[in-house]
Amino acid sequence: MPSERASLGLKIAAIGGLLFLHLPILLIFLYAFTTEERTYAFPPPGLTTEWFGVAWRRPDIWEALWLSLKVASVATLLAMILGTLVSAAMSRTSFFGREQISLLIILPIALPGVITGISLRSAFGVMDIPFSTWTIILGHATFCIVIVYNNAVARFRRLSVGVLEASADLGANAFQTFWHVLLPNLGTALLAGGMLAFALSFDEVIVTTFTAGQQATLPIWMLEELIRPRQRPVTNVVAMIVFAATFLPILAAYYLTRTGSETAGAGK
Amino acid sequence: MTAAVEFQSVSRQFGTGPGAVRAVDAVDLTIAEGSFFAMLGPSGSGKTTCLRLISGFEQPSSGTIRIFGQDVSTIPPNRRNVNTVFQDYALFPHMNVRDNVAYGLRVKGMGRAQRHAKAEEMLALVQLPDYGDRKPGQLSGGQRQRVALARALVNEPRVLLLDEPLGALDLKLREAMQDELKALQQRLGITFVFVTHDQHEALSMADSLAVFNQGRIAQIGTPAEIYDRPRTRFVADFVGSSNVLPPAVTQAMGGPARWASLRPEHTRLAATGPLSGTVTALRYLGAATRVVMKTGDTEIAALVPAGHPLPEPGHSTAIAFDPKDLHVMEDE
Amino acid sequence: MTAPAILPERGLADRLTAFFWRHPKTFLALLLTPPLLWLGVVYLGSLFTLLLQSFYSIDEFSGMVKPEFTLKTYAELLRPSNFDVILRTLLMSAAVTLGCAVLAFPIAYYAARFARGRWKAVFYLGIMLPLWSSYLVKVYAWKLILAKEGIITWASEATHTTAILNAVLALPVIGGNSLSTSYIGMFLVFVYVWIPYMILPMQAALERVPTSMLEASQDLGASRSQTFRTVILPLALPGVIAGSIFTFSLTMGDYIIPQIVGNSANFIGMAVYQLQGTAGNIPLAAAFSMVPIVIMLIYLSLAKRAGAFDAL
Repeated sequence: MPSERASLGLKIAAIGGLLFLHLPILLIFLYAFTTEERTYAFPPPGLTTEWFGVAWRRPDIWEALWLSLKVASVATLLAMILGTLVSAAMSRTSFFGREQISLLIILPIALPGVITGISLRSAFGVMDIPFSTWTIILGHATFCIVIVYNNAVARFRRLSVGVLEASADLGANAFQTFWHVLLPNLGTALLAGGMLAFALSFDEVIVTTFTAGQQATLPIWMLEELIRPRQRPVTNVVAMIVFAATFLPILAAYYLTRTGSETAGAGK
Repeated sequence: MTAAVEFQSVSRQFGTGPGAVRAVDAVDLTIAEGSFFAMLGPSGSGKTTCLRLISGFEQPSSGTIRIFGQDVSTIPPNRRNVNTVFQDYALFPHMNVRDNVAYGLRVKGMGRAQRHAKAEEMLALVQLPDYGDRKPGQLSGGQRQRVALARALVNEPRVLLLDEPLGALDLKLREAMQDELKALQQRLGITFVFVTHDQHEALSMADSLAVFNQGRIAQIGTPAEIYDRPRTRFVADFVGSSNVLPPAVTQAMGGPARWASLRPEHTRLAATGPLSGTVTALRYLGAATRVVMKTGDTEIAALVPAGHPLPEPGHSTAIAFDPKDLHVMEDE
Repeated sequence: MTAPAILPERGLADRLTAFFWRHPKTFLALLLTPPLLWLGVVYLGSLFTLLLQSFYSIDEFSGMVKPEFTLKTYAELLRPSNFDVILRTLLMSAAVTLGCAVLAFPIAYYAARFARGRWKAVFYLGIMLPLWSSYLVKVYAWKLILAKEGIITWASEATHTTAILNAVLALPVIGGNSLSTSYIGMFLVFVYVWIPYMILPMQAALERVPTSMLEASQDLGASRSQTFRTVILPLALPGVIAGSIFTFSLTMGDYIIPQIVGNSANFIGMAVYQLQGTAGNIPLAAAFSMVPIVIMLIYLSLAKRAGAFDAL
C-alpha cells in the first residue's frame, strides 16, 4: 500500500461490517430471557429464565432434537465414507471423466437447495417411496459429501505422494500404509470435514422441508414456530440450542485445521 | 558375480495413441552386485523412471526386470527387498525420527524394543545419535537426508536406490555427503543405484554408470571409459567440457570424416599445428588457463598450465595434440 | 547370511496389495463406485426425474399428473402472474448481489490488506462463523430486529429519527407497514445471510494483488484513488463475480426468507414449494425450478469466461 496504514474510514467500515455480522445473533440470546411472550418488544419488559424450563418439558422439542441428531449423525457418517473415497480417487490420478465427477460432487451445493429438494421430492413421488428418516438422510448425505470432499482433497494434495510410496517401499502393504501413514495425516482433515458436515446437516431446512413429510427436525420445528408463533421465547431457547450445535463443531473444525495451509470452511 | 538388477528390453510408455510418451525405450541394463551404479542424464531422459521400475512404483509396458535373477513383474514394491532414498526424502511428518527409521521393521512385525534399538544403531551409523525424539520438521536438509538413508538401510536391502539424493543440499554439504555415501557403500557392500543429472557427481562416485538420453541408454561404462571415449556426441557434450569436433574438422586434423572429441587438457598451444584459429577468450582457472580459439564455426578450448606463455585475444594461434588423444566417435 | 531379494507373501493383505498394484484401474473403480453410485442414482436420478416431470402437465379436471410429453407447463410460466414471480426473483437477486458487493468490499479489503497476526484470525473467524452458523437462527434474529415493536423502532424513537424511518417505509413499492413486512426488510435479511459468501472470494482475490503492483502504480504517479480505481478494483473483479455466483444463486432459490419477512409476494422458491405441496402441481413446480438451473448455467459459463473460478 502507498501507506501501510488503513484510513480511519476503512477501519470503521470493516469493523462495523464484522459487528453487523455478529450482533444480530446476540439478540436471539437476549429474547430467550424476555418476560414478553406475544411480541418482540424491545427493550424486553423483564427478564426470566422460566422459558428454559418450559422448553425442557416440551416433548415435541425433544422429539425434533432427537431426529435432528439422528439424521445429522448418519448423514455425516455416510458423507465421510463417500467423501473420503472420492477424494482419495481424485487426489492424484488423472483419468477420463475426472472433471465431470468433480462437477457432479459440487452440483448439490452449487444449485439452490430448493432444486435438490424438489428433485428428491419428485423422485420419491415417482418411485412411491414414503417419507421416513431415511428420506431426510438421503438428501443430507448428498450435499454433505462435498464438505468432506473439500477438506480431504486439500489435505491429500498437501500430503506428498512420496510419503505413501515410501511406506510401500519400506515393506508396508496397502492396509498398513492406510493405517500407519494415511489415516494419521488425513485424520484431522476428515474430522473437520465431518464436523462441518454435521453442522450443515443439523441446521439444514430447505432440502429437509421437501424430504421430511410430516416429520419435524429441529430446524423444521423452528420454521413452523416462525411462521405461526406460539410461545416466542421458547423458540429463542431452541434457536440457542441450534446455534450452539452448529457453532461448536465449526469452531472445533477451525482449530483442527488451523495449522495446515488449508483451513476448513473456506468454501461452504 | 550375479547381477543385482537386470533389464531386458524394458519399455515404459505413458499414455496411449499419438500423444504417448516412451519414457523408457527398450533399455537393456545389467547392474553388478555390490557396485555403485549411477544413472546420469538430463531431466526427462528416463533415468528416474528406470529407478522407479526397479522399486516397483512403475511397471514396464514391455520387457522383463530381474532382481537377483528373479522376475519381479508380479512383485509389488512392499515385497521387493529394495529401498529408496527419495529426492524430497519423504519422511513421515507425523512420526519422530526414531519411528521413521524403525518403520520398515515395524510393518514387518518386529517388536518395539528391538526395532527401536536397531533404529538407534542406524542413527548412530549416519552420525545422528540423540536425534530420535525429534520430528522431521525440526531437522536441516542434510539431517533429513541422513534420516532417509538410515530409514532405508535399517531394512538391510539388497539394493539401495537413491533418487538425486544430494540435489537439495548446498555445495559444501554435497561434497561431504559424496565421500560419506561412497564410504558407506564400500563398508556395507550393498548395491547402490544412484540417479543424478550432475556429471561430476556421477563420475566421482560411481564404479560404472549409464548415460541416458531420450529414454535410451547412450552409453554404459566405467567413469574413465565414458569420460575418455564417449560413444556419441551427446555423451561427450553431457559428460564433460570436451571439445566436440564436427566431421570436417576431424578430417582436417587427419582423422576420418566423423564426429570426434578432444579433451582440452590433451592439447597444447603451438606456433603451427593441424588446427589454427583466432583466440576469442581466456579464462583463468588457477592451476591452468582455458584458452578458447575459433576456427571456422567451431570453438575449441585448450588448457594451458600455469607458467606457460598465454596468447592475447584476437591473435591467431594453433593447437597441437597427440593423435591418439583424438577420440573418433562410433555414432553421431 | 544375506536376506532374500524378494520377501515372502504374508497373508491376504499382501495378496490384495499385489492385486491392486497390478490393477490400479480396478482399485480406482472400487474407490469411485460407491460415491458415484450414490450421486448418480440419488442426485442425478432425482434431477432427471424433475426434468421429466417438467414436460408433463396436470389434468385440469382430476388434478392428476398426466405423464405425456408436453410443453404446456413451460408455456404456463409465461402467464403474467407466473412471469412476475420470475422477474421479481431476478430483480431481488440482482439487488442483493449488488448490496452484498458494496457492503462486503471494506471488510474484504481490510482483511486482505491490513489485518495482520491476531486480527487476521479474528477476521477469518469473524467471517467464517456467520457463514456456517445456523441459517434459520440468522433469519430469526432479523425477524426480531425488524419487528414493528422491535429494536429498530425503539432505536429510532430513542434518537428521535422516527420521521426518517417512516419516510423510508412510506416509499412506494419497497416500503410497507413495518420493516418486517417490506421489500427493504427482505433485502436486508438476504444481504445479511449471504454476505459471507461474497466476502471470502473477494478477500481471496484481493490477497492475490501483490503489494509491489500497488507500489508500482504509486511510483508511476497515480494518486491513492487512481490506484484504487485502476488497479485494485479490476483485480478484485474476479472475486466479486465468484461471490456473486453464490449470492445470486442462493437468493434465487430461497423460499424461507420471503415467507418470514416481507409482504408475502411470491418468489420462485416459494412458488416451487407451494406448487409441490398444497397445490400438488409437481409439473409446474418442476418447470419453475428449471428457471434457476438455466439461469445459473448461463451465469456460470459467463463467469468462467471472466476467470472467476480462479478466485474460488
